[in-house]
Amino acid sequence: MTQSSSTEQLKIVIVGHVDHGKSTFVGRLFYDTGSLPDGKYEQLKTVAERRGVPFEWANLMDALQSERDQNITIDTAQIWFRTPKRQYVIIDAPGHKEFLKNMVTGAASAEAALLLIDANEGVQEQSRRHGYLLNMLGIRQIAVLVNKMDLQGYSEERFNAIETEYREFLKGLGIEAKCFLPLAAKSGDNIATPSANMPWWKGKTILQALDDFQVSDQPDHQPLRFPIQDVYRFDDRRILAGRVESGTLRVGDRLLFSPSNKVSTVKSIERWSAPTRDEATAGESIGVTLTEQIFVERGAIAALETSPPYALTRIKARLFWLSRSPFAKGKRYKIKLATQEMECEIESIDRLIDSSSLATITREDQGAYVGRNEVAELVLRTKRPVAFDLQSEIVATGRFVIVDGFEVSGGGIIAPDNYPRRTADSLQKSDNIYWSQGKVTPTQRNLRNGHLGRVVWLTGLSGSGKSTIATDLERELFNLGKHAYVLDGDNVRHGLCRDLGFSPQDRQENIRRVGEVAKLLADAGFIAITAFISPYRADRDLVRSIVPAGQFIEVFVSAPIEVCEQRDPKGLYAKARANEIKEFTGISAPYEAPVQPEITLTTDSMSVQESVAKVIEYLQLQDAELTVTI
Amino acid sequence: MDYLSKLENQSIYIMREAFNKFENLAMLWSIGKDSTVLLWLARKAFLGHVPFPLVHVDTSYKIASMIEYRDRLVAEWGLDLVVGKNEPVLKSKVTFPEGKATRVECCGTLKKDGLKQVLDEHKFTGVIVGVRRDEEPTRAKERYFSPRDKNMEWNVVDQPPELWDQFKTDFEPGTHIRIHPLLHWTELNIWEYIERENMPVIPLYFANEKGERYRSLGCAPCTFPIKSSARNVSEIIAELRNSNTSERSGRAQDKESEDAFEKLRRDGYM
Repeated sequence: MTQSSSTEQLKIVIVGHVDHGKSTFVGRLFYDTGSLPDGKYEQLKTVAERRGVPFEWANLMDALQSERDQNITIDTAQIWFRTPKRQYVIIDAPGHKEFLKNMVTGAASAEAALLLIDANEGVQEQSRRHGYLLNMLGIRQIAVLVNKMDLQGYSEERFNAIETEYREFLKGLGIEAKCFLPLAAKSGDNIATPSANMPWWKGKTILQALDDFQVSDQPDHQPLRFPIQDVYRFDDRRILAGRVESGTLRVGDRLLFSPSNKVSTVKSIERWSAPTRDEATAGESIGVTLTEQIFVERGAIAALETSPPYALTRIKARLFWLSRSPFAKGKRYKIKLATQEMECEIESIDRLIDSSSLATITREDQGAYVGRNEVAELVLRTKRPVAFDLQSEIVATGRFVIVDGFEVSGGGIIAPDNYPRRTADSLQKSDNIYWSQGKVTPTQRNLRNGHLGRVVWLTGLSGSGKSTIATDLERELFNLGKHAYVLDGDNVRHGLCRDLGFSPQDRQENIRRVGEVAKLLADAGFIAITAFISPYRADRDLVRSIVPAGQFIEVFVSAPIEVCEQRDPKGLYAKARANEIKEFTGISAPYEAPVQPEITLTTDSMSVQESVAKVIEYLQLQDAELTVTI
Repeated sequence: MDYLSKLENQSIYIMREAFNKFENLAMLWSIGKDSTVLLWLARKAFLGHVPFPLVHVDTSYKIASMIEYRDRLVAEWGLDLVVGKNEPVLKSKVTFPEGKATRVECCGTLKKDGLKQVLDEHKFTGVIVGVRRDEEPTRAKERYFSPRDKNMEWNVVDQPPELWDQFKTDFEPGTHIRIHPLLHWTELNIWEYIERENMPVIPLYFANEKGERYRSLGCAPCTFPIKSSARNVSEIIAELRNSNTSERSGRAQDKESEDAFEKLRRDGYM
């Protein structure tokens, strides 16, 4: 086989029902295009003679002894050949139902398909199933080859009958084959040269049809999707590693990371031993550094703020199942989508489809499971939000696999639905419904939540930014799938503490009550965020003493009083200066700054976003150390 | 994006997946062109670093200059090298060169078992290997992430599905995964990449004054040079474009019986 240079390559999968002649066709294709290595043909002939069996073209591809023994292809194989136009990789996929997962493996990486149908047997179960799966796998270029025409006397009528039948089937799937071609693979009729046995055929040879296929373009012009594969700390820098799946990533781009909703800017694009370029296009595996350090992990998908993916816990999909044990409702699985991995389960199975007949499957335990080799339209529920796109819009983030135990067991494509689009501050409340659970111990609760219950106690002067930070922090944590709740100073005074005034004693009682409520919330697994001036050290220490060690996080929201007074969001400083408010902290009452707060936020220099990020970073590091993060 | 860049980016992606998923990861390095390209790609993936050890299974019958070359690159590139040798078998002299084993048996003990000993000793759960589909037919059926059981055996008739770059990264304790980032490269691609990257490669591949060069490297007793006048990378590329013989034609162990190599690979050979 002469080797071709690396200019253009097209991957083609050969599919069809068992015994319809796929491997024979490939062997013959190689022979007729002069692609066999020197001596290979003679070697196969000698081996066949030695074994006392007839020579089979299929033995070229069926490399395994068990394949030659049984004369069937078991696993998918790939070999190379070329036409004057370009290089091809031929992927021979098994046609036996038993080996459907190998067929899917072979077909999933192809850009075009040749589907073989035996002229003698006609359209069979796997002819239809493979057609269906090709469509699901996203292969749009299909040529149908009607093989073994010699067994039907090269009959034009037979060819037309099969074409009509299969064209109708494909139409039901919404696909149209590029062409239908007659073929006698064993003798090479119509592979490289027109067949003398079929003078009625005025169409193309197989080789001409191959050269008509298009090599698929990289999705450079789609919205940017950059899934994070890993975070490296090389040479004292944090580098986000990943592959641009679609669009173009540029230095200076402001990136939104989903589903965490964090934002930062691309500082540099990192490559090794390659020319420096300030952009990376679809298909490039690169490293990225950011201007503002934020907590980003594997799984996050970076996009431009103007066109983010969906980030939800409910996904509507079409799925095929390959594993012997069924995909069952009520059982937990792992979904892998781009670089995200997440626990998931079936919410509902809306339709079960026989992928061969396209009929809806009805059975007694309807909606309980998807069996092997079945296809279903269903709704999945993930434990925490997953970032995704519609498969019809962005392929790489529009499909997923399901892992059962140690095994990749099924694949799916994300179907359209009325998914809520994200706006700048949408919380997707209706789509973040969490699973209910049975018995609960504190450990179980922590494991389930993926975090410890905690009290995040913000303290600082009026106008220092506590409430703003508290509510933004709550939103960020919520978007991260954490259970967070803000206890706001003004709000509790409407109910829980409405009997209290602002004397030192009442303030102390106010803080005590809030502390007790926060402790209960932390006990229940929540991250309770409080936003109170809480000026007295002794009061804060009292709360610290009733919360388990490590679960009270004192956050000093620090800004000079001049800055706070200038901000004066509620006009309180003005009133205090005018003596309309007595005992106003910082003016007419003391503020005792924390001695050793867990976190200090200097809000005169830090933005709200930076402040929130700093608290989250602290919480995440703490969770990581306690290894309760799932 | 040109085709070589596509291959390069896909290989980097696979290596990064492996590095993320396997705590005890190692890479086999045979000093040959393929695993040296693999090493180069690792430095691409990890931005100049090689964040895992390299394993060289030394049969002690390697061509002498391969070991010199190995030790030189280890020093130059600051690599972490683990050398595995099947000492008991070497001591017992039940090897092909001693005339006490067939070629395939010798590969089985010195290379396959030698590898198993290193994996067991260092508890590696992921091993990056530079095999390619176009080398020989059973490798054409490989997966990028290919599981091996406790005895290192490859269950070739029941392999995991592999689609959409979602690989088998969940596995039972005691088993390990072979990771094959070069699976889709051809021999020619390897040489074109070496040329493009201006990468170092061991001079045994270049024709000597007798008009011979190695096309594939292995142990001295079982690896034979081919007739060639290709004295540099671009001449090798020109030669391959016009060649019609298989790359492993100089590797004698492949030819002992019809399925000799398949058996060896099922048992855990790389």
